[in-house]
Amino acid sequence: MLYEQIQSNKRRTYFLLLGFLVVVGIVGAAVGYLFFRSLPLGVIGAIVIGGIYALIMITNSTNVVMAMNNGKEITSPDQAPELWHTVEDMAMVAQLPMPRVFIINDDSPNAFATGNDPKTAAVAATTGLLKIMNRNELEGVIGHEMSHVRNYDIRISTIALALTAAISLLTNLGSNWWLFGGNSRDRDNRDNNGGVQILMFALSILIMIFAPLVASIIQMAISRNREYLADAGSVELTRNPQELISALKKLSHAEPMQQVDEASAALYISNPLKKTANLFDTHPPMEERIARLEKM
Amino acid sequence: MTILIIVAIIAIIAIVWISVYNGLVKSRMQTKESWSQIDVQLKRRNDLIPNLVNTVKGYADFEKTTLQAVTDARTKVNNAQGPAATMAASDQLTGALTHLFAVAEAYPDLKASTNFTKLQEELTNTENKIAYSRQLFNTTTASYNTKLQSFPSNIIAGIHHFEPSEFIAVPENEKEVPTVKF
Repeated sequence: MLYEQIQSNKRRTYFLLLGFLVVVGIVGAAVGYLFFRSLPLGVIGAIVIGGIYALIMITNSTNVVMAMNNGKEITSPDQAPELWHTVEDMAMVAQLPMPRVFIINDDSPNAFATGNDPKTAAVAATTGLLKIMNRNELEGVIGHEMSHVRNYDIRISTIALALTAAISLLTNLGSNWWLFGGNSRDRDNRDNNGGVQILMFALSILIMIFAPLVASIIQMAISRNREYLADAGSVELTRNPQELISALKKLSHAEPMQQVDEASAALYISNPLKKTANLFDTHPPMEERIARLEKM
Repeated sequence: MTILIIVAIIAIIAIVWISVYNGLVKSRMQTKESWSQIDVQLKRRNDLIPNLVNTVKGYADFEKTTLQAVTDARTKVNNAQGPAATMAASDQLTGALTHLFAVAEAYPDLKASTNFTKLQEELTNTENKIAYSRQLFNTTTASYNTKLQSFPSNIIAGIHHFEPSEFIAVPENEKEVPTVKF
């Protein structure tokens, strides 16, 4: 079961890349049409810009993701003994190398893991989490994160995050350009052209509006199910479902985080943004996760 | 042609034999490694205890019997032979330490001392590591012993005298709560 999960995560990485490439291409076509009246130029430009951006993010993902989420690295157990030792314990029992450890200064309790593989993995916890969880509950949370590391979930979510960021970069670039005037020669030409041109123009704008939404739907689809698996993985490590249940209950009552990078929301153990359920949630409802744990 | 087939069959058997043998060696190595993990933590805890006893002794009216129990249990762990006996002694020491930290709750001065809180975190950490490395030991032992019993690795294991590894019993109360909280 676990082995299949790891294999399917490695396989899905390629589909994910392909899916995002298509979205990037479509966005590029829209931008290219709007500003240069040239679809191929836009597509190639977008793939080059998006590709380079995503590549930089993926190769340096841990640092980028931690910077985006205001994570501060701790390098010795003395800085946060309980967190450091808990991560050490969970890494040992999961037979993984010790990941880098980060702390985010935020009163809302939350945690996430990132990296490309277990060797480059990093785990982050908020100060709020360390404040409200007892040691056993913290173990449950860190066990959940280490399961993400072991299952290679971190690789998929890192890549998805990088590509989502690349798409929002492209659409921001496109819409800013358009707002600040764009190319005046194109404007003149546009006035002389017919209905087809207006239709294409409208379509391009629609694509730029909806592309980030599509990107987040792809991200959502790959992240929801894995939360259940990571919960189960955590129990496998700690042999103690009760503590994770009590940790999740505490998390479900928590306030949203102060400043959180929206593209990273899917990484966290509990949704850091808002607490009402909707179609685009990256996380399954907390009650459902607790119910599944109680059946163990 | 028949010679070729025979050679091929022998080659296949040899390859399977070698890979199964190497798998067994690796598996046995893992059980030994996970035992040494436990051993490291047991030593660490034994090194921390004199420090703890000295810190606590400073608080004049601290129960002498409680301290004596910890010191005695520590000596037992030091002298125990073999995994099963060592772990039984270790469980006794865990019990004595849990009692000590429970008693310490009644000494606000002691609890406020940074030296004591640091030792408490260190010992909690070591206790948890012992519990988790024991869990790891049992996992690696289970997979090694399964290899010894399943076909075809059981044949190769029998010929090369691979001995099964023994599980470490987990105390009843720890089955419910795997980690100790002081």
